[in-house]
Amino acid sequence: MIYRVSVLVAVTLFALIFIRLTGGYTERLALRALAEYYVSRAPLELGVSNIVTGILIAYRGFDTLGEVAVLFMVAASVGLLLRKDDAGFKEAEERRRRPASEIVMTGSQVLLPVILTFGAYVIVNGHLSAGGGFQGGAIVASGVMLLLLADPGARLNAAALSVIESLAGITYVAIGILGLILAGGFLDPRFLPPGEAGTFLSAGAIPLVSALLGIKVGAELSVIINRFGR
Amino acid sequence: MTTIIPVSSILLVTGFGLALIGLCGILIHRHLLRIIIGFALFSTGLHIVIVATGYVTGGTAPIIDGALSQAEAGRAIDPIPSALVVTAIVIGFAVTAIMLAYAVRLHSARKSFDIRAFTESKW
Repeated sequence: MIYRVSVLVAVTLFALIFIRLTGGYTERLALRALAEYYVSRAPLELGVSNIVTGILIAYRGFDTLGEVAVLFMVAASVGLLLRKDDAGFKEAEERRRRPASEIVMTGSQVLLPVILTFGAYVIVNGHLSAGGGFQGGAIVASGVMLLLLADPGARLNAAALSVIESLAGITYVAIGILGLILAGGFLDPRFLPPGEAGTFLSAGAIPLVSALLGIKVGAELSVIINRFGR
Repeated sequence: MTTIIPVSSILLVTGFGLALIGLCGILIHRHLLRIIIGFALFSTGLHIVIVATGYVTGGTAPIIDGALSQAEAGRAIDPIPSALVVTAIVIGFAVTAIMLAYAVRLHSARKSFDIRAFTESKW
């Protein structure tokens, strides 16, 4: 009873804070100075059309590198937490699991190529329009999830995925160091020619970094999903 | 067309509403998976709030192309909250994955998802 009342009090207090915040908020009529700088300078400095990608990969590239490191640590620690120490019991459980229905099997066969192609499109489209490595990687991983749902017995080659992921990570850091040597600083994408804004081969090294991010995120999320699937 | 309610207000109300639903879920439920769903809802609501603060009246997506030329780039919305939310979504995913992994471990230890089964870790 006391617990219920305290829950009610906590939720009401949060609701009050939220209502005050919403009531006191007035919509912006113009951009902040920093946003103004990014919006006006990013296409000229980097040749990138999608400014969000420009911020993520160039201006805040170090953040993104740290984020990928967080994902890597999560994949490792999920593996540690879900390691198979009671293998015999798990095997028995696996045999009891029923196969997926006809609809899921057929649907996955039809949809999987489409999902993977769409994921690849989103990954390489990041510097031109809505998209980017993280989003595309998540789409690819959702395809892998569908694969595992349709065939619960399927095992991904986790070792190969780890190798791909590590290679992508090393290449990402190498590109960062190239930026340090050839351009303005660590992860500066301007060591490749900016090209014509709006074309596929533009924005310096941003499409390259975006593709590497997509590969790395897709592989990492697939490894995490695969660990839960066991 | 004139809008009576500003877009960012709609988004703020939706986001804070989702966050409140998530908070209720975290506090009321005793089932571990429902608590984790509550955390996910809470963070999703706050992501919507952060994106809403970047909206500029009459703004459009910050993508410089045929629809938005370089000269009128001031018409774009603030791209910084959007970029930060991409980071926040990934970190939220990571936290959810870790929570689920712990839930699986706890379930294999006690064969139960009820938090009342784990009294020895109570403060």
